Amino acid sequence: MRRIITMTVNNRPGVLNRITGLFTKRHYNIESITVGHTEIEGISRMTFVVNVEDERIAEQITKQLNKQIDVLKVNDITDQAIVARELALIKVAVNSAVRQEIYTLIEPFRASVVDVSRDSLVVQVTGEPEKIEALIDLLKPYGIKEVARTGTTAFTRGSQKNAASYKTPFII
Amino acid sequence: MAKMKVEEQRKQRTKMSGALMLIEALKAEKVEVIFGYPGGAVLPIYDKLYDSGLFHVLTRHEQGAIHAAEGYARISGKPGVVIATSGPGATNIVTGLTDAMMDSIPLVVFTGQVASNVIGSDAFQEADVLGITMPITKHSYQVRDIQELPRIIKEAFHIATTGRPGPVLIDIPKDMTTAEGEFDYEQDVHLPGYQPTVHPNHLQIRKLVEAVSQAKKPVILAGAGVLHANASKELRQYAEQQNIPVIHTLLGLGGFPANHPLFLGMAGMHGTYTANMALYECDLLINIGARFDDRVTGNLKYFAPNATVAHIDIDPAEIGKNVPTKIPIVSDAKEALKELIHQDGKRPDITAWLAQLAEWKTNYPLAYENDVQTVKPQKLIEMIYELTNGEAVVTTDVGQHQMWTAQYYKFNRPHRWVTSGGLGTMGFGLPAAIGAQLADKQATVVSIVGDAGFQMTLQELSVIQELNLPIKVVIVNNQSLGMVRQWQEIFYDKRYSHSLVPNQPDFVKLAEAYNIKAFRAKTEEEAKEVLKQAFSLSEPVLLDFHVKADENVYPMVAPGKGLHEMVGVKPCEESLQ
Ligand SMILES: Cc1ncc(C[n+]2csc(CCOP(=O)(O)OP(=O)(O)O)c2C)c(N)n1
Repeated sequence: MRRIITMTVNNRPGVLNRITGLFTKRHYNIESITVGHTEIEGISRMTFVVNVEDERIAEQITKQLNKQIDVLKVNDITDQAIVARELALIKVAVNSAVRQEIYTLIEPFRASVVDVSRDSLVVQVTGEPEKIEALIDLLKPYGIKEVARTGTTAFTRGSQKNAASYKTPFII
Repeated sequence: MAKMKVEEQRKQRTKMSGALMLIEALKAEKVEVIFGYPGGAVLPIYDKLYDSGLFHVLTRHEQGAIHAAEGYARISGKPGVVIATSGPGATNIVTGLTDAMMDSIPLVVFTGQVASNVIGSDAFQEADVLGITMPITKHSYQVRDIQELPRIIKEAFHIATTGRPGPVLIDIPKDMTTAEGEFDYEQDVHLPGYQPTVHPNHLQIRKLVEAVSQAKKPVILAGAGVLHANASKELRQYAEQQNIPVIHTLLGLGGFPANHPLFLGMAGMHGTYTANMALYECDLLINIGARFDDRVTGNLKYFAPNATVAHIDIDPAEIGKNVPTKIPIVSDAKEALKELIHQDGKRPDITAWLAQLAEWKTNYPLAYENDVQTVKPQKLIEMIYELTNGEAVVTTDVGQHQMWTAQYYKFNRPHRWVTSGGLGTMGFGLPAAIGAQLADKQATVVSIVGDAGFQMTLQELSVIQELNLPIKVVIVNNQSLGMVRQWQEIFYDKRYSHSLVPNQPDFVKLAEAYNIKAFRAKTEEEAKEVLKQAFSLSEPVLLDFHVKADENVYPMVAPGKGLHEMVGVKPCEESLQ
């Protein structure tokens, strides 16, 4: 099962290493990680997408992450109302015959062309991972030269301020 | 105004070097002993140590230093402190760090590092110590700014000793030991990401009280968490109040008196039949501070199959990790037990259960076939138990002798038992005894080791002699890697691949080379004699007991089997057949 886990962490050297090391040690496979600053100085936010066998392992991951001293808050937000987004850059092979066709094709995805050359286009798209998959599928027949995806970044909807509320004592 | 004053005070504070800060911080933490080994990267620290008045023990190998620190911590309850140099010094402590991590032992370990400006250049004696040790420490630091050093040391001691204890490492680049900064150690620790839950949730406690009152076959499985929390008194009070029998894990031994009628013995691979059957048959299992290690549970499929499981642990990640838990209680063991005692719930009605347990105890005790023509290892441990009135601090190495000691030395008091449980580290016993003796100078310390494991850290005899620590080193000499040989006998068709060592050195002569008195014994009579002599001397003594090579540890749960599938439960009868 796919789980989306978000975390706020102290922005200290080695923190990402600590966390990915923990995943390696316990044999949890990471699908994607995104990391970036939050609105609070010195605190970063990470979004993990992991694929696990069952709830028990999902819970173990959250608990093990919580044990890290530099981790301030961990949330498994998979089952909540969330905003999850990914950005992808897709370089598609084109010739003059299909160039226009691609423009019309990507329009419903609200994707845009961010680079044009004689024999290729770079399409930029953001959205839920499924939407990006769908666009890649559509573009495949034209010949995809390269894809760069950021991985999912996400948080819960509404006005919760996750980063500011520190890790609460664990009560099961 | 007040703020101004503080600022001024700060300014008045004299600047000092990182090395001196370290010394001052150790003094402020009231550190009694440091175990270490010098080298280039830590020379500025050693220079300041020279006239600091702090007591430093130069072990003969860094592995010795860290195991000694573990022994010290396990007996004193205080954090063990270690200093090692960069590169090889640091990599030599990796085993000890892992050992301490697995057994939740509080340590603060300082490693030297090459100067900041050459980190990453593969400089002389550089190793990525932070990278190497991240997964085997509770937390780790590398000092990058001299002004952070006091805070880091303060946090390290706090993290090592609170919550679930563990080793914390501080990697100090050489230039940080010579750079100067202000030393401010009177600061509060501020770690929002680290807030261990100490007090139990009332609702969960109520659930447990309710479950106890309904239980027909309850049992307590108590681990080292009870010892870390200093909760032996409370454990006994609670067990007696509710009349619930108690089982210990290997590391928990001594938390509950072995001679108590409610005690069922140790659980697991070489546990007692009674303890293991009780775990199989129980309907309520109260785990207090044990982590359901596979050596304890056997095959999880058959572990406590009919029981409601309650688990009290300060580390929430342990709860539900291996065994599904109905009543999780995140708490310090002492706090949870106090709360349970206070609740004073209805005693369960368990007469039939107690009768069943008593029958198992009588019919299936630990037993061995005696033979006075040789030294029986089991008998040897019993003799040591009697000679020391069960009061000694006992450290062991890893192997058969370790299991025999756990089985036949009855620990009635907490903090007398020092063994490597989680990692099973050969070479642990001797250096751990040094730390244990320094933690309790009055104690009789016995280090029971195998002939193989002893040779992994025997250079520490030098320290024992130098400090004249009256440790009794007992070698259970079976001229083999006993536990490996046993497994090869049972599971590999007696193909003794590299486990027989008939040409061990003359350990008595070896001890003499270190200026340590030594005796040898080959029969029970001789054993009795040399033990008496050794324990009457207030100096270190090494004893080399030649035991039969083919003796096995029984009873046993084979790997993959359930606790109810023990073999060798009645070794006397079975060997007669
Ligand atoms: C460092 C290390 N290497 C290997 C092992 C595997 N091992 C476990 S017990 C054992 C044999 C120990 O022999 P000895 O020290 O003579 O003790 P005995 O079992 O004979 O009592 C070995 C090799 C280990 N536990 N630790």
